[in-house]
Amino acid sequence: MTDTPAAKRQRPLSPHLQVYRLPLPALTSITHRITGIGLTVGTLLLVWWLVAAAVGPEAYATASGFIASPIGLILMFGWTAALWFHFFNGIRHLVWDGVKGLTLPQAYSSSNLVIGAAIGATVVTWVLAFAL
Amino acid sequence: MANSTNSFRTPLGRARGLGSAKHGAHHWLAYRVGAAGLAVLTILFIALVLSLIGASHEDVVLTFQKPYPVIVTILFLGFTFHHAAYGMQEVFEDYIHGKLAKLAAIALTKGLALVLFLLSAFAVLKIAFGA
Repeated sequence: MTDTPAAKRQRPLSPHLQVYRLPLPALTSITHRITGIGLTVGTLLLVWWLVAAAVGPEAYATASGFIASPIGLILMFGWTAALWFHFFNGIRHLVWDGVKGLTLPQAYSSSNLVIGAAIGATVVTWVLAFAL
Repeated sequence: MANSTNSFRTPLGRARGLGSAKHGAHHWLAYRVGAAGLAVLTILFIALVLSLIGASHEDVVLTFQKPYPVIVTILFLGFTFHHAAYGMQEVFEDYIHGKLAKLAAIALTKGLALVLFLLSAFAVLKIAFGA
């Protein structure tokens, strides 16, 4: 099988990650993992905030001051966006686990739905955050 | 499954339904039920955090002396760290190939998640009981 003349011809290379544009469902799949890892690391900020509140007013001022700083706000924005993406895509995974929505067109439309819902929920969260 | 006459699985094995992992679908199902619970708790916890934006230390202390915020927060922390630890385990199982490195990464993450849960839950309870 390996020594036939056909095998010595130039074979097409399988698409490699660096040159292959990921289809939307693959992109949302890897984003689910990346946001999950980011959210796990982000729990450190939540723990800091709660422990600081328990320690006392000075520690709380330091923690809430960091969260309200430009770096803190950027982290919080990233955390909110990651949370809502992981939230909606997680619900999509639960629907898939119920053997629903598994066809290719449905996978594309639910990808768009998840991205839209995540953007919408992030905007709503920050509008509420500044309005309250 | 569909064509049981061609299967090598014994009738007893099929009846037990535990598969090669010997644990069946229990962990798989538990992780998904936990995820659904976490989705609900996330909404409740985000609402709580939004209500505390710009709050003074005094306001935060007063909030965590009421039962509802304490219970929602501790439940959210428990579900979150459990979900995070097992989610990270799946990631490590896929991407770390050395047996020892994989075991170490999973064990460290689970230990760290447990410590962070206890630390944050203790902090909330400390405020709640005014110690």
